[in-house]
This record gives sequence, C-alpha cells and structure tokens, in this order.
Amino acid sequence: MPSFVQYLIRTLFPHDVLRPTELGADVMILATGVIIVYYLTKQKKWLYLWNEWLTTVDHKKIAVMYLIAAVAMLFRGGVDALMLRTNLALPTTPVISDLEYNQVFTTHGTIMIFFMAMPFIFALFNAVVPLMIGARDVAFPRLNAMSFWLFAFGALLLNISFVIGGSPDAGWTAYPPYTGLLFNPGPGENYYFLSLLIAGIGTTMTGVNFLVTTLRMRAPGMTLMKMPMFIWATMATSALILFAFPPLTVALAMSLFDRLFGSSFFTLAHGGLPMMYVNLFWLFGHPEVYIVVLPPFGIFSEVVATFSRKALFGYSVMVVSIISIMFLAYGTWVHHFFTMGAGPAVNAFFGLSTMLIAIPTGVKIFNWIFTMWGGRIRLTTAMLYQLAFIPTFVIGGATGILLATVPADYQLHNTYFLIAHFHNVLIGGTLFGLLSGMYYWWPKMFGHKLNERQGQWAFWLYFIGFWVTFGPQYLLGLKGMTRRIYTYPLGFGWHELNVISTVGAFIMGAGFVVMVYNVVWSLKYGEKDLTGDPWDGRTLEWALPSPVPEYNFARIPVVTARDAWWDMKQKGQTLANSLRPEDMRTIELPKNTPVPFLLGLAFFVVGFGMTFQWWVIVAFGAAGVVASLVYSAFDYDEHKHVGAEVIRRTEAALGRLQG
Amino acid sequence: MMPKRRRGWPYRYVVPLAMVVGLLVSGCGQQYVLLHPAGPVAQSELHLLIVASLAMLVVIVPVFVLLAITVIRFRDKPGNKAPYWPNWHGNKKLEIIWWIIPVVLLTVIAVPTVGQTFALSKLPKAKDPVIIDVTSLTWKWLFQYPGQHVATVNYAVIPAGEPVLFELTADSPMNTFWVPQLGGMEYTMPNEVLPLWLEAYKPGVYWGHSGNFSGEGFEKMFFNVKSVTPEAFQQWVKKVHQTAKPMTMTNYHNLLAFNTVGVQTYSNYPSDTFPAEANGFTLNGEGMYMIMHDQHGITYMPMSDMSNH
Ligand code: HEM
Ligand SMILES: [Cu+2]
Repeated sequence: MPSFVQYLIRTLFPHDVLRPTELGADVMILATGVIIVYYLTKQKKWLYLWNEWLTTVDHKKIAVMYLIAAVAMLFRGGVDALMLRTNLALPTTPVISDLEYNQVFTTHGTIMIFFMAMPFIFALFNAVVPLMIGARDVAFPRLNAMSFWLFAFGALLLNISFVIGGSPDAGWTAYPPYTGLLFNPGPGENYYFLSLLIAGIGTTMTGVNFLVTTLRMRAPGMTLMKMPMFIWATMATSALILFAFPPLTVALAMSLFDRLFGSSFFTLAHGGLPMMYVNLFWLFGHPEVYIVVLPPFGIFSEVVATFSRKALFGYSVMVVSIISIMFLAYGTWVHHFFTMGAGPAVNAFFGLSTMLIAIPTGVKIFNWIFTMWGGRIRLTTAMLYQLAFIPTFVIGGATGILLATVPADYQLHNTYFLIAHFHNVLIGGTLFGLLSGMYYWWPKMFGHKLNERQGQWAFWLYFIGFWVTFGPQYLLGLKGMTRRIYTYPLGFGWHELNVISTVGAFIMGAGFVVMVYNVVWSLKYGEKDLTGDPWDGRTLEWALPSPVPEYNFARIPVVTARDAWWDMKQKGQTLANSLRPEDMRTIELPKNTPVPFLLGLAFFVVGFGMTFQWWVIVAFGAAGVVASLVYSAFDYDEHKHVGAEVIRRTEAALGRLQG
Repeated sequence: MMPKRRRGWPYRYVVPLAMVVGLLVSGCGQQYVLLHPAGPVAQSELHLLIVASLAMLVVIVPVFVLLAITVIRFRDKPGNKAPYWPNWHGNKKLEIIWWIIPVVLLTVIAVPTVGQTFALSKLPKAKDPVIIDVTSLTWKWLFQYPGQHVATVNYAVIPAGEPVLFELTADSPMNTFWVPQLGGMEYTMPNEVLPLWLEAYKPGVYWGHSGNFSGEGFEKMFFNVKSVTPEAFQQWVKKVHQTAKPMTMTNYHNLLAFNTVGVQTYSNYPSDTFPAEANGFTLNGEGMYMIMHDQHGITYMPMSDMSNH
C-alpha cells in the first residue's frame, strides 16, 4: 500500500474510532446514506431537493430544515445520554470504556446545547416570527439561509468526529489546559473548536437577522407594546446572541491557536492562564442559558393565552422582566466558578446579581398562572407541556438559588446536584417549551395537527421520565457524587440512586420513540387543518391558511390591538373575508440562491482541513469561501415576482377571496 | 490548642435548624456526606444550604398549590361554574405583591450569604496553622508540608481541632480539591495558587475527591484526609522523618507521568516543586496576600504590608 494511504488510514481511523460502537455507527451512517441516495435517484428527486430545499431562502422552508436537524440531533444526543446512564447503572461492569465515556459526555452536552436547542429555537423563530409580525420574510433572507448552512455544516463537522479521527473529550465547556496538545493530542478538540466556530458565525448572523426583523419588519400598527410576547422574546434573545457569541468566538479561537500555532494563552507551560478561558467561556455561557430559555418563555406566553382563551396577564410586567433578564444575564457569569478563588467581594457580588435575576424570572411564573386564572383551560399536548413546565422550572430556579448561595455552592459545585439543576431548567424549561411550541405550531408549518393522544403519551413519558431521572441526582449530589466520572466505587451508596436515574432516562427515551411515531403517523393520518386556525389562536399567524403560501400575506394586515387576530375575530373582520380580487398586487420575493449552501460547504472544507492540519485542503476551502462571498456580493439578481394573477388563483383556491 | 469558635450568625438559627437537621439526619444515612459536616466550614455551608432551601420552600409550596387550584378550577369542561374573564389582563396590586415576594425571600438568603462568604474566606486566627501545599497531578494528589518538611501522595494527615491552610495549585489539567465532610471545594489551577482553609472537629478519616474532569484516570482521584490529635500529628511527622526517604526530583518527575498510583510518603522534598511565588486572596487577615518559599522556609506576607518590606 502506498505510504500516504497508510498515513490517511492511520489518521482518519485510529484505533479508538475502530471500537464496536463506532463501527456500528459507521455501518449505520453508510447504510442510511445509501438508502437516501437510492431513494432520491429512484424517485428522481435530486433536482427537487436542490431547487426546493438546498437553495431556498424561504423562511418557512428553512424552519423545516432546522426542525429536522434539531430532532435528529435530539436523537443523537439522546443516544449519547442513554450510553452514559447505562454505564452509571453498572459501576462494576462498565459497558463503555473511560475514553469513550469522556467523548460521549462531551458530544452529548455540545450537541444538546449548540446543535439541538439552538436550531430548534431557530426553527420556531423562522416558522413563526415573520407570520406573527405580518411580514413577507425575515429582514435578510439570504443571510438567513447562510446561517442555516453554516449551522448545518458545523453540526456535520462535529458529528463526523465520532467515526473519523476521534471525538473531543473535554466536556462541552472544554476547559484548558486539558484541551491543550500536552493532554489532548488527537484531532478531537480541533473538531470541537472548529465546528462551534463555524456554527457560531451562523448563530451570530441569525441574531442580527431577527433583531432587525423584529425591529423593522412589523406590520403597520404593530407598535412595540402591541408585539406578541414571543416577538419580545425573539428580540431579547437576538440581542443576547449578538453580544454573547463574540466572547465565545474569542475563547475558542485562542484555544485553537494554542493547539495549532503554538501560542500559550491557556497552556500549562509558559505561564498560560486557564482561568482567562473560563471567564470568556462563561461570559458567553451564562447569557447562553438565557438564550435558550427566553424563547420558551415566549412560547409559553402564547400557548398559555391561547389555551386559556384569555389575554396574557400582566403584559407590560412581562416585557419589563424579559428586558431586565436580558441585561442582568450579562452580569452573573462568575457564578459558574465561585470556587476559582476570585475572592469574597467578587463572589458576593455575583451571588447577589444571580439572585437578582431570579426576581424577574419568578414574576413571570405568577403571570402565567394568573393568565389561566379566570380562563378556560384546554389540556392539549402543548398546554400540558406548559403545566409541566411551571413546577419543573420553579424547582430548577430554586435549586439555582441554592447554587447562587456562594458558600453552599462550594459544596454543590460540579456535583450531581448541579447536573440536576441545569437539566431541571434545560429540560423543564427549554425542551418542554420547544416541544410545546412544536405541537402548537405544527399545523401552521405542515398543514395538519399532530395526533393528540399519541402526543400526550409522549408527554407523560417525558415528564415522568424526567423526574425519575433527575430527582435522584439531587440526592446523589448530597452524597458527594461528582460529575463526569464513568464509574465509581461501591462504598459511597451511589449505586441504587444511579439505577433509578438510568431507568428514568430510558423512560424519556421511550417518550422520544413515541414522539417520532406521533410525527410519522400524523404525516399520513393527521387531522388536516382546513381553517388555518385550529386552536382558536390570538396572533396573526393564525389568520393565514395552513400551510402558509410562499408569499405569506396576500395583503399585509394593519394591526390595531395586541392580540391582533383575536381582536379581528371579535370584530368579525377576518383577513379571509376582507380580501377582494382587485386588491391583489404583484409581490416581490427573494430568489433562491446556491451561495449559502456552497458557503457552508466551503467552511466545512476549511474546518475539516484545519482539524487535521492539511493546509492544502484549508486553502482550497478558503478559496471557496471567498469565491462564494464575492459571487454573492456581485449578484444583483436577488428578487423574483409573484404575479397578481397567481396570487388571486392561490387565494381563491384556498377559499379566501370575496366574490 | 482549641480553636476559637467563631460566634456568628449561624448560632441564631440553631434551634430551628437543629430541628430540620435532626429530621434530615434521622431520615438519611451517613452517606449523605453534605448533611454530616465534620468541621466548621462544612457546618456553616450546610446551615446556609438549609436556610436557602427553607426560603425556597416558602415560595415553591404556594406556587404548586395555586397552580393546582387554577388548573382544577378553570378546566374547560362543560358546566364549569367558575367565572370566565377573557379580557382580565392585569391587576396592579397583585403584580406588586409578586415583585415583593421574591425580593423578600431573596433578601433573607442574600444577607447571610454575603456574611458567610466573607467570613469563610478568612483563616481564623491561629498560632502557626499547619500549611499544606496541594498539587494536583495527572490523576493523583501531592501534599507537601512546608512547615514540617514532609510530603505525601494521595493522602493527607491533619491535626484535628485547628484550622489548616491548603494552598492549591496544579501541574496537570484543572481539578478541584474537595473533602465534602470538611468543607467545599476549590479549583487547583496551573500557574496560580488558591487558598482554602478547612478544619476537622474530631479525629477521623474523611474522603476527598476531585470535582473537575481532568482526563482518563480522573475518576480514581479519591484520597483520604486523616485527622488526628495535634500530638499524634507531631508524632506522625517525626515518624515520617525517621522512616521515609526524601523525595527527589526523579520521584517528582515520575509522579508527573499520566497514571494513577497508590499512597506514598516522603520526608522532605525539592523546594522548587511548588510555585515559589503566588498571588492569592484574603486569608490571613485583610486584603491580598503573597507567599514566598525560599531557603528560609516560607514568608507570609499580606499585600498591605508589602511596602514595609
Ligand atoms: C433562577 C434562575 C437560575 C439561577 C439562580 C441559576 C444559578 C446557577 C448557578 C449558580 C450555577 C453554577 C453552579 C455551579 O457551577 O456550581 C448554574 C449552573 C448552570 N445553570 Fe443555572 N441558574 C438559573 C437558571 C438557569 C436556566 C434558566 C438555565 C438554562 C436554561 C440554566 C442552566 C445552567 C447550566 C447549563 C449550568 C451549568 C453548566 C455547567 O457547568 O456545565 N440555569 N446555575
Ligand atoms: Cu449561569
């Protein structure tokens, strides 16, 4: 065999990616790939895929792609979680080795935060925000597609690490100096830094995009104080992204420099200061936890009002609290490392600021409950998630306060108590919120409801599974069990609680299976949404048919009240019956472009080349990046037109034209 | 020598706390190490944990009850007699009340939190506290006693009933030094030295562990801290000097290998195996302090005194 082939095999497939699990994954990935290619070829769908999806700039289609990616990543992250939990239930006969365990907890956390929660949020932003504010698309549709493809190729880069070259193994926080070459010579951490850097560019652009969209693209009459709460949440989240991602980018880039170019920002040798990394990371990291929880807050504010058939209680207080959370979120990051010796004054300050941020958060809880008070509560799947969210999140917030109690945190830091806290808020808050949003807006996105009975089964499995998994972990924390260990001695009394916790994890896994079944079943047999307003909704997206035509609104509505659609319905003036054929005008829409996809691909090539330090490949990819951007900059043919006649026909077919 | 018990806020809560602690203790085994403090630091940390938990319960319970009542009363079912106010969207009085509730509860937690944060950062006044320089190595712990000139690996011996100052650093990825029954953890970080003081009320053996992932063998970084009477401590030091060999630079380099080892004991050690200079924060007295190890042993210098030297 030529020596460079041997070199390639040794580099790409070192023996730690040739373990049974990895080989199994290889085979599965290959098989799935072959099936997809075969299907696309047989059905002659390649062109359809390219024209309708890969080059699209339509926010509604981008939403669908984000959603598919998020659910796929939820699966991957979930399988990771089950592997971790299985090991912890069997401390004397570990199923996976320590090396593998370390990789799996790293990819679990990284994927769940960056490649599950974030795209899930962007799926709902894309699906709903333009419709809710009465707009034709986001402010920068092409940038939006670029964001998606940078995210997608970033996610791909992290995911292939499992089977090519080896996964990162330093946790989702990637603290140095463990990430340095001395302790971590393989390509794994390069994958981590580069995939997050690439996806991070996309995320930052999404932040810009939705900040501008919510500020500039609202329908006439929708003043700030008439915006739905979900739009407030979108705006605050976008602003948080805008200022939180730069420190992350800096931290990742500096770590990458330490690895690739021999700098010593955070290394053990030459006086590097790992704590600087920790500061930068959490300067991003704490705002990030609010980035992933504010959108669910927004979702719940819509869901609770709709399913209580009542206006949101204390709207202006809700606005004030979202905005104050947004600002305070930047001022609490040190609570992630009280135990790094910053001194009592600093610790006391950040303990107090953390408690301060809990106040507006607590206020929102009361407002949600009082939205239900005096309403008529319909227990749909979306609403069940809301009802589960309130107690779960309250407990999560309360344990957060215990962690903010500085001296107590000295004992609880990095124990399973901490693990239980953040899953309490991330699953009970973020995941439940996103699932609630998914069930709520599914008819709008796909034109049919998800089956309620199956949905409620999935809900109960998730909810019960959650508490069985994480309840015992609080106790494990009190028993002194620390995080990120792949096995433990039996003498500490940790075993039984771990077994219970693992059982809970499998219950949640069953919930996921039921949910996927629910989605697949409903694609075929789901109840069609013919009215466009299946839940008797309150905001503008429900004024449109489901699924929504490409141009969204045949005529941009004029908003006069807070719950615009509810208000119109009360006054009997729906969009449908007020459209006259002669009002139809030609609509200008953004045109498809291959640039975003190619740009993502080029970034992927750069990332892959850099991971293995194959600079020729990097140069090749970089040329692709520059070419895409230059081409895009000189491409003035950005728009297409949908003629008035087409719109007339479409709307008439939907039964939405007068006469 | 008896430590001066710091009389402070925790003692005002003793009665109610004793009841709660009693309840918790009777229900739970000794394995709940966080609920069974064996020293003053762990004790005050537990006190705070309990105060904060109680304050949180004050809000959790009513919220749960309110939620349950709301959902039961306002279900959308035929014949529900409960009122329906579709346009009720605010009430100044109510809203003010629930801004006040969290503010009050958090104040209850915040005041002792700040107090204890400052209190625990100061080493209680003690004559010649034993100082232990702790270095985390890749998957082992090195303890060096600059005052006694002994060194141990993967176990430490401390005198009971008096505060002990641990100075923490790392010649490895970051770890945290944690002995749950004696008190909370603190990071060991390369190129920095952080102070942590702990004290054991009584002789006993308390297990410790690293709380921060540092690679393959990290889960084996358990160690024991043996607390013995001050006299027994002196005898132990004497015995080590008589029986153990001094640590050589070769020994130290062997410890740097990425592996796990059993316990080891050395009389004396090369002085440049611990940072000679380090910045830390308030322990002995006020403000920042700086330690210097040189041929005279260690000098212990509060930053405020620096100008005088
Ligand atoms: C009342 C609100 C909250 C408070 C007071 C709070 C407090 C804290 C504190 C003090 C820590 C650090 C503990 C330690 O490392 O020792 C922490 C960790 C964490 N919190 Fe929260 N938190 C709150 C809400 C949230 C929310 C809403 C989320 C996300 C949706 C969240 C996610 C996390 C995560 C991911 C970590 C740990 C990350 C890690 O170390 O890997 N928290 N929280
Ligand atoms: Cu935080």
